[in-house]
Amino acid sequence: MLTFTIRRLILAVPTLIFISLVIFLLLELAPGDPMAQVPLTVPPEVKEKMREALGLGEPMHIRFWKWIVQFFWIEPQVLIDHYLGTSFSQGDLRVISWQTRSPVMDIVVQRMPQTLWVVGTAYVVAIVIALPIGIYSAYRQYSWFDQMGTFVSMVGFSVPPFFSGVLVIVIFSVQLGWFPSIYDTTLVVDSWDSFVKQLQQMIMPVMVLALQITAQLSRFMRASMLDNLNQDYVRTARAKGMSEYVVVMVHVLRNSMIPVVTVIALGIPAIFGGAIITEQVFKVNGIGQLLIGAIQANDLPMVQTLTFIFAVLIVLFNLIADVLYGILDPRIRYD
Amino acid sequence: MTDKDRLVPDEGLAPASTALPGAAGPLEELTQPPRSQWLDVWDQFKTHRGALIGGILFVAIVASVYLGPFVWDIDPTKINIRARNEGPSLAHPFGTDQLGRDMLARMMAGGQTSVSVGITAMLLALILGSFIGVVAGFFRRLDGPLMRLTDLFLALPLLPLLLVMMLLFREPLNAAFGLEQGIFILIVASIGITSWMPTARIVRGDVLALKEREFVLAARSIGTTNTRIITRHILPNVLSPIMVSATLGIATAIITESALSFLGLGFPPDFPTWGRLLFDATDYLQQYPERVFWPGMAISLTVLSVNYLGDGLRDALDPRIRGR
Repeated sequence: MLTFTIRRLILAVPTLIFISLVIFLLLELAPGDPMAQVPLTVPPEVKEKMREALGLGEPMHIRFWKWIVQFFWIEPQVLIDHYLGTSFSQGDLRVISWQTRSPVMDIVVQRMPQTLWVVGTAYVVAIVIALPIGIYSAYRQYSWFDQMGTFVSMVGFSVPPFFSGVLVIVIFSVQLGWFPSIYDTTLVVDSWDSFVKQLQQMIMPVMVLALQITAQLSRFMRASMLDNLNQDYVRTARAKGMSEYVVVMVHVLRNSMIPVVTVIALGIPAIFGGAIITEQVFKVNGIGQLLIGAIQANDLPMVQTLTFIFAVLIVLFNLIADVLYGILDPRIRYD
Repeated sequence: MTDKDRLVPDEGLAPASTALPGAAGPLEELTQPPRSQWLDVWDQFKTHRGALIGGILFVAIVASVYLGPFVWDIDPTKINIRARNEGPSLAHPFGTDQLGRDMLARMMAGGQTSVSVGITAMLLALILGSFIGVVAGFFRRLDGPLMRLTDLFLALPLLPLLLVMMLLFREPLNAAFGLEQGIFILIVASIGITSWMPTARIVRGDVLALKEREFVLAARSIGTTNTRIITRHILPNVLSPIMVSATLGIATAIITESALSFLGLGFPPDFPTWGRLLFDATDYLQQYPERVFWPGMAISLTVLSVNYLGDGLRDALDPRIRGR
């Protein structure tokens, strides 16, 4: 297992380099000019100097190499410096956003808590809702509960977040006035009142995100349970006189959870990408909104770094899912 | 099959057997006229009520979107500033927008774009995915590289990349093909290029299993060329997974197109699609919430019907479930 993990980790390196190259080349073709906002009265030679100051004067491969060095060598040093108080990165040039002229990673770190709070809560809520639904609808296959579950998850698949989000805003904040339609990130939770406020503003985005995830997870849980419920070992367990609860919740559930756990792991990076729309609808200024803003403002270092972070997450969680599969299922041996 | 389906034995095929008394029971089964595979599929499909309703609904939506403008022939771009922001009435069943344009006509025009983007992007993804899947499954030497390529594409963060592609290639394509044509090509191509991977994986798996079967060996032993084996023997047999991913592909493509339009990076503002109409309506959310409802409902219903259709197709095309 350890050798498998190490081999996969080593294999992930060329994958990530290839992805970063694809992203870099895509952005290289960008027609947008970061100097477009500069007034026309600025003479061309000054403009050329400014361009060079942004690092645009160098040829393509040198800039790609510099970005790699900045991202993989200097940024981790900054992180170490931040935690240990050392000064490895003193004087090194970091990845600078063209929009704000400040390091990209600083902005990402600022935006991360909002995304993690909203998306993370949604994921946890979805798992808590989806698993019991999946278990029960598989146990009572074709019952009215199962039919309802199928319909609700089909709706969850089909209603895009930009519609369900707008719909809950119309119902709960325009008509009923229960929840605010805009997520206020400046709110500091230090008392009971502010905690209630935080809950109120989180409910709608969390529910919209959770609906989608629940739909997928509960279908998956149901299918996995159905696969196991007809197995011989279930009949054996029943024949031994075990209670129905033990048969379903211990024997079947443990075996059914194997694929579901890996699906949960695989879904985590997709949630970061999928939350772009939800963040936009509810004006949560998280990572997704940062990306949209950077794309619209032609801020290439920011776009490149963010897309690459998403790619790293996807590759990482793919690896985690594979390793988990091997750990949970004794029939699977990679070595 | 039930007894009711049992048809009268064909006299021409088995004249001797029908003449024998007492042997009619078991032989009657054997001498049934051959039923085509698609008849069986249709019989199974009919029993899935959700799929049937979904199929009818999808056909109805497509028909009303394409044929509707012949009946409701108001120009969707005609501005009538005096009749702006009207509620539903006989003259405008869905009301009018902030410039007095008829919402029903705009919904139909938007639906045409959305549905045609969905179908074209699905076709592109399907052709790409089936091609890569078949080639990877059939030629062992290409299997490794092509599957690594698929894995690489699966590891790309798709929505951010789509957004970046929208931003980058909008201007050159607009210049080359005109405003509407250019953005249509761009959206279809970028959705197609980023969504072929699941099809390729499923098709490859099926081809790998099919390749080892006797009929392929038989075909090869009589000297059939690889191309002929693929088109004649492999492709018809992987048609069912391709059809299922086709239906699901339409759903994803429509949602992706709407998402891009909703983020303001899809079609231009004066060119209605369902996603764009929804995006425009969110500005008037407080005053006219019903305007959000129609395009959102249209997207959701189309995707829901297509999903049910795909669900039913999957059941109908699976011979293990069929006949149960």
